[in-house]
Amino acid sequence: MYRALLHLYPKSFRNEYEGEMCAIFSQRKRDAAGPFGFIALWVETFFDVLFNAARVHFDILRQDLGYFGRTLRQSPGYALTVVGIAGLGIGATTAAYSITDHVLLRPLPFPDADRLATVWEKEPHYSRMELSPANYRDWKARSRSFEALGAYTDLYVNLVGEGEPQRIFGSVVTAEALPLVGVKPLIGRWFTEEEDRHGAAGTVILSYPLWQTRFGGSSSVLGKKILLDGEPCTVIGVMPAGFAFPRRQHEIWVAMRAFGNYGGGFEDQDRTNTYLIGVGKLRRGVSLEQANAELQLLAAQTERQFPKELKNVSAGAWNLRDAVSPQSKTMVMALAGASLCVLLIACTNLANLLLARALSRRKELAVRRALGAGRERLVRQLLTESLLLAFLGGALGMLIAVTATPLFARLVPTNLPVAALPSADWRVLTFGALATVLTGLAFGVLPALKATAGSDLREGSRSGVGGRKERLRGALVVAEIAASVVLLVTSGLLIRAMSRIQGTDPGFRADHVLTLRTPVTGSRYEKTVTRCAFYKRVLDEARALPGVESAAYISALPMVWRGGIFSVTVNRRQPADPSSQRALMRFVSPDFFKTLSIPLHLGRDVAESDVLTSPLVAVVSESFAKQYWPDENPLGKRFNFAFEDMMVIGVVGNVRVRGLEQSSEPQVYLPYRQVKDGWFVGYIPQDLAIRTSQGDPLQLAPAMRRIVASAEPQLPVTSVRLLTDIVANETASRRAQLVVLGGFAGIAFLLAAIGIHGLLAYAVSQRTQEIGVRMALGATRANILQLIAGDAFLLAILGILAGAAVAYGAGVALRSLLAGLSPNDADAFSAGILLSLVMTVAGSLLPAMRAVRVDPATALRAE
Amino acid sequence: MQLPEATFHILMAVADEDRHGYGIIQDVLTSTGGKLKLSAGTLYRSIQRMLEQGLLVETRDRPEDDDERRRYYRITPLGREVAKAEAQRLQQLVRLARRSGFAAGRA
Repeated sequence: MYRALLHLYPKSFRNEYEGEMCAIFSQRKRDAAGPFGFIALWVETFFDVLFNAARVHFDILRQDLGYFGRTLRQSPGYALTVVGIAGLGIGATTAAYSITDHVLLRPLPFPDADRLATVWEKEPHYSRMELSPANYRDWKARSRSFEALGAYTDLYVNLVGEGEPQRIFGSVVTAEALPLVGVKPLIGRWFTEEEDRHGAAGTVILSYPLWQTRFGGSSSVLGKKILLDGEPCTVIGVMPAGFAFPRRQHEIWVAMRAFGNYGGGFEDQDRTNTYLIGVGKLRRGVSLEQANAELQLLAAQTERQFPKELKNVSAGAWNLRDAVSPQSKTMVMALAGASLCVLLIACTNLANLLLARALSRRKELAVRRALGAGRERLVRQLLTESLLLAFLGGALGMLIAVTATPLFARLVPTNLPVAALPSADWRVLTFGALATVLTGLAFGVLPALKATAGSDLREGSRSGVGGRKERLRGALVVAEIAASVVLLVTSGLLIRAMSRIQGTDPGFRADHVLTLRTPVTGSRYEKTVTRCAFYKRVLDEARALPGVESAAYISALPMVWRGGIFSVTVNRRQPADPSSQRALMRFVSPDFFKTLSIPLHLGRDVAESDVLTSPLVAVVSESFAKQYWPDENPLGKRFNFAFEDMMVIGVVGNVRVRGLEQSSEPQVYLPYRQVKDGWFVGYIPQDLAIRTSQGDPLQLAPAMRRIVASAEPQLPVTSVRLLTDIVANETASRRAQLVVLGGFAGIAFLLAAIGIHGLLAYAVSQRTQEIGVRMALGATRANILQLIAGDAFLLAILGILAGAAVAYGAGVALRSLLAGLSPNDADAFSAGILLSLVMTVAGSLLPAMRAVRVDPATALRAE
Repeated sequence: MQLPEATFHILMAVADEDRHGYGIIQDVLTSTGGKLKLSAGTLYRSIQRMLEQGLLVETRDRPEDDDERRRYYRITPLGREVAKAEAQRLQQLVRLARRSGFAAGRA
């Protein structure tokens, strides 16, 4: 038992004194008088061992620290290199982890977050469709799985009063929605059920940022009335900073049934008017599967009740966390994988560095061994050294991680209810510390064991060619090259995919176009006549500005709004599959096609003369014409769309409304004067596009703000940007990913080159005599070069083969990000492989030159 | 430089004859009149450090009849110097204490 206790001591100490100490202990045991003395002895001994073992460990640590300090003083360059490399590896991994954790792992910042779920309708082709209020009401009344169930939907409103009019993004919520999420308002309170009633006075809760910027963060804001789309709403609360439900950009929450048409809509019996998103908290002990099964049952009941409207409509619940699209998941996972590659390269590189150093210290170690230091003691010293270096590297790494994390911000999906950036908290710190210790052990253990193996003083003193050790170091370099090939090739694949996407023709010319939004929503602009007067004034004044070629309004610009879809019927024939006959609908003013340079293939543009009292007309896209009248002239053809019959008057080129990576439904453009009063707000023309002949279109922005302000002082101007920015936004998250991945690949490239350099430099210095002998015996410089570079290239080939195989696997895993590019794309692979060859050459250049310059006479004299 | 108490006592215990670990403990116990009882942990930690510092050496000479496994320690000339220096330091301290009247005896 005492012997077991002694294991607290370091092994070297135990080996020395274990026998003695046991002898003394048994002597004491014999001396101990009675059971009381016996217990006292044990207590005393226990604390004695504890205290002294700690002291002995501390003594050794101090000794090792002394050695370490000497090392640092003797070769600061070596220490700096090790710390720098470890810092890069740990920093990259920690930054990637903090994002992965933020996006995929960490529980959402709500109490009982695992019980929060969103509820949606399901159709065969669409898994998550909004709910109709009628279905929501029925399912809420019958469901037993949820402790509470509420609903919300996105809301864009104009906030007027207290400074400039402002466009605000938020949501209308039912009274249940916020309490079930569980975050209490910072000041004020949640909505009561009475406030969430049709006909009640409007109430609103503000977000912390809006409260700060717009209301000066004063608590007197409670009870204040603000105008939202012209409707007065009383402020009853402010949510705390960082509250990000349902999305992080939401700035206000409005009691749903008291606002706008939502109260009336809530009593609607229409089962197909779907716009609510259900949010619920599962009862304790009810699993998501059980809730899903129940919802399916309830949906089947309602389908039986309304077989026509609800054909194939089911329902389902998803965990609130489950809002990350597969694509962003893949992106984040790719980064995590890449960062592990970097860490692996850093570790192998460090292992190699330490190995070289440890081998050069063999003599010193052998001498100490001969003087009686145990192998365990030497291994411990070397490990202490590598761990200390790792800790310094870890500190640097945390610094790098904290500075690098903002680069990842674009990869955090906006529909996930979390902050834009992960905070560096204990989870990240723990991970960083763990990565540090593992790194220290990973790069320290092998060299320590290798360097202390074989205590033979003679072997240590001989400076020969160590075949086995070389092989181990060679293997490490092969692993490095392989990992860097993986990174280079996958970066190449993603770059190719991005340029392919950027090369996609959006169907319009984006250059020299300024865009902005004038949200003419709310009761003030209900009548089409009122709005058109406003449009006309703004468009006329815009066209009169110097440098403006044309200007036009549209419901929403392509890639800004991807929805707005109705079914199409031709000749009153109901299609067998309604989902195959859908088209995107937009209202446009004349000149829209000219402004975006969308080619007009046939017929005419919409005109100011196309008004509500004249026949309804439509300009359709080429794809639309081709689908319904493949072999006929589409002009003059009639079709039914969005509850109306209309006639084709023109055909224009296809536009990628849904973005560069997705195919779009055919498009139908209707004249802006033919919007019926009271039409769905989303389709009302709000986006203004202005084409200029030269210069920076953004210079027009102040003039445009003035024009809008003089036409409608209460109307905010939002989303002022270039059309090119809207298109570039399509690839923004890819670009962010590529910046990071490219950075990783660059680091890998550098580290691998250093690794090759280190290996060869060491080999050359070890083989100087051999080279000297060879040269003395008549070997030419070319022979010597072949000798040294040959090794490097053998390693490079092995690494490239292994790396290419893994890279192909990575490419297959990333297929969803490749935009149709094959994972074995020849360009990406050849570029990656070529770069690794360049890296090998660069790494072997200096050592090879040194080898060639060896002077046989000097080399031999040194023997 | 002040010497740790245990170290000084160990040096005194091995001043005139080589001793093994338990012997040192016994000697310190007797000479301090039972006041200082070194634990095995303190003893061997001190011994290890003293070996490293060169105050002690391990010796192979031992009495004929003794257990082979027991280790005996002998003081080195350096050890003697250090012990003397420490004794001198203590002497000075006592002299100062006398002068200020804290300790009995002539200053």
